[in-house]
Amino acid sequence: MDIFNLIFSFLYQFGDAFAFLVLSACGLAVIFGMMGVINLAHGEFIMCGAYVSTSAVHAGLPLPLAIVAGAVAAGIAGMIVELLVIRPLYQRPLDTIVATWGISMIVTQGTLIVLGPSMQGVGTPFGSFTMGGYSYSVYRVILMIAAIGTLALLWLMFTRTRFGLLSRATIQVPHVAEAMGVNTNLIYSVTFGLGAGLAGLAGGLYAPTMTLVPTMGASFMVEAFVTVVVGGADIFLGTAPAAAILGVIKAALTGWQGQLAGQIGLLIAVIIVIRILPRGISGKILKERA
Amino acid sequence: MLIKSRSAVSALGVLLLAGAAFGQDAEPIKLGVLEDQSGDFALATIGKVHAIQLAAEEINAAGGIDGRPLELVEYDTQSDNTRYQEFMRRVLQRDQVDAVFAGFSSASREAYRPIVNQFDGLAFYNNQYEGGVCDANMIVTGAVPEQQFSTLLPYMIENYGPNVYTIAADYNFGQISAEWVRNIVAENGGTMVGEEFIPLGVSQFSQTIQNIQAAKPDFVVTLLVGTAQASYYEQAGAANLGLPMASSVNVGQGYEHKRFTPPSLKDMYATVNYVEEIDSPASKEFVEKFRAKFPDEPYINQEASNSYAAVYLYKQLVERAKSTELADIRKVIAEGDVCVDGPGGQMCIDPKSQHVSHTIHLAHVTDDHSVEFPTKWEAIQPYWLGQAGCDLTVSDPSEQYTPSNPPPANG
Repeated sequence: MDIFNLIFSFLYQFGDAFAFLVLSACGLAVIFGMMGVINLAHGEFIMCGAYVSTSAVHAGLPLPLAIVAGAVAAGIAGMIVELLVIRPLYQRPLDTIVATWGISMIVTQGTLIVLGPSMQGVGTPFGSFTMGGYSYSVYRVILMIAAIGTLALLWLMFTRTRFGLLSRATIQVPHVAEAMGVNTNLIYSVTFGLGAGLAGLAGGLYAPTMTLVPTMGASFMVEAFVTVVVGGADIFLGTAPAAAILGVIKAALTGWQGQLAGQIGLLIAVIIVIRILPRGISGKILKERA
Repeated sequence: MLIKSRSAVSALGVLLLAGAAFGQDAEPIKLGVLEDQSGDFALATIGKVHAIQLAAEEINAAGGIDGRPLELVEYDTQSDNTRYQEFMRRVLQRDQVDAVFAGFSSASREAYRPIVNQFDGLAFYNNQYEGGVCDANMIVTGAVPEQQFSTLLPYMIENYGPNVYTIAADYNFGQISAEWVRNIVAENGGTMVGEEFIPLGVSQFSQTIQNIQAAKPDFVVTLLVGTAQASYYEQAGAANLGLPMASSVNVGQGYEHKRFTPPSLKDMYATVNYVEEIDSPASKEFVEKFRAKFPDEPYINQEASNSYAAVYLYKQLVERAKSTELADIRKVIAEGDVCVDGPGGQMCIDPKSQHVSHTIHLAHVTDDHSVEFPTKWEAIQPYWLGQAGCDLTVSDPSEQYTPSNPPPANG
């Protein structure tokens, strides 16, 4: 029984770390992997999702709908940002880093000025369950399911829909896709919106468990970047396995020596991966395939 | 264009009139205000800036300090230690301020303190902290561990049991405060069953909560700093951790009980020298004046009260010294009777350490997140530095000491 509890508690902690890594990274991975844009405003799309979904709950919407509303709002915000700021910079990927960083600062400070230093949370729903002397939050299990569900939906979207086909064509050889009649501008815009929407989804899902402040996005950024760097450009071959490996490292080290060890472990993993797999896990897999 | 220049002229007129009220030779006293108005700490520190503005407005309306108006020179330090260093040089060198009110995190204070020493300035640190700064250029109006923990921990051990688990922010504040907790818990017959340091900016606590459950403490000492770490309460509540909590830093600073949904902060005990719920005439008057000037202020916290009282302490020091020179001001401090009645109780400067005595209130957050005060301790002295051997009336080491690194015996 004790062994069973030990395994369960490790699996729970692993799932918790995995869900956080996947959800915080997949928006960043879509935008980076598909478009080569390093989006430093990623955290602010997360914050946007969290704020919109929380406001929606305060306005009386049920939580699942509010989370969807948060994701949609962040997605629309992403498409607007793409149109106004990112589009002129596609040939200058380094400049997009500076531009998105600027957006991040403007949004953080703007939110502080307009909405004040914090927003009243909604509280974590569903309560807790007990197993072998430990009590666990039910909502965290839902976050794990949401992470897996998000990956599954993304996979279906990119492999089974016309949008997936067109976007993969656009990303692979943009000029040929354009010559075949694909509206590549639209594809870029929707892809960026999808990435921002995924960030908003992460924000909406985590909003009930966190303190809502204008700088909240920053606490997702380390995990998001670590996962994308380890995973490489492909979300399915990269982000998902990277999150799984990092989740094991983080859960094991945090359980053994506390949060500091967990953070150090994540960063050491990145250094090792960059050294031996400069294009991440997916770069390695794709190279072997080719 | 005409309208613009006309309004500029009338603005100038208003300025001249305002100046005239203070007489001809009333050169303003300049007060530098370096506080975090953006970034991770802004939530707890915007109120400090407002409190200083409120005090300055009151003092100017009543004729200024010794007939001279008080002028604030404000910079936003953005929760960033290097900004503190930049702006501290700027206020002391370029703006030539007479005193500076600066700093929230202990890391920022230690970042700017050498610069204050270098220019021999006077800085007020209006924040509760881990204690131990023995520096003649600093006046500390916040509460320190011997004031907060020597009251809080015996109460918790007596009421809940001897087994203690500490989670603390991993920088100088959290590390040194945790050392204080260890010592005072041991002195009171308690046992540390666990301790974990959390890097600033961490927001996910699932594993930490499980580590606490495994150690089975009677209560948890939370020394969490910054808005990201405050997510702990929501997550511990959702996992039904259900343990009483004790803190020197939460509730009084980041008003977590207002921001989170009840009952996630149920049975949190914090020793504070002020929070807006304190039910005394002085506190009520302060809240009323504050809300009249800043109606949207989300919460009036302990550090806002410290900052407000500190302006009045400075006023008294300058008026009694008849000078803004540090040496003259320190002669007044050495007399040992510099006191003001702050919103939370009387505050007197201790000449040896240049820290301040406080009325310490025990704030208890109930399950609906209202605050009750089971007890309070009057005139609690910042005794540790003086007893350990820091005496600023004799020498100025400009050091920060800790229980494991006390002042040298003959210092």
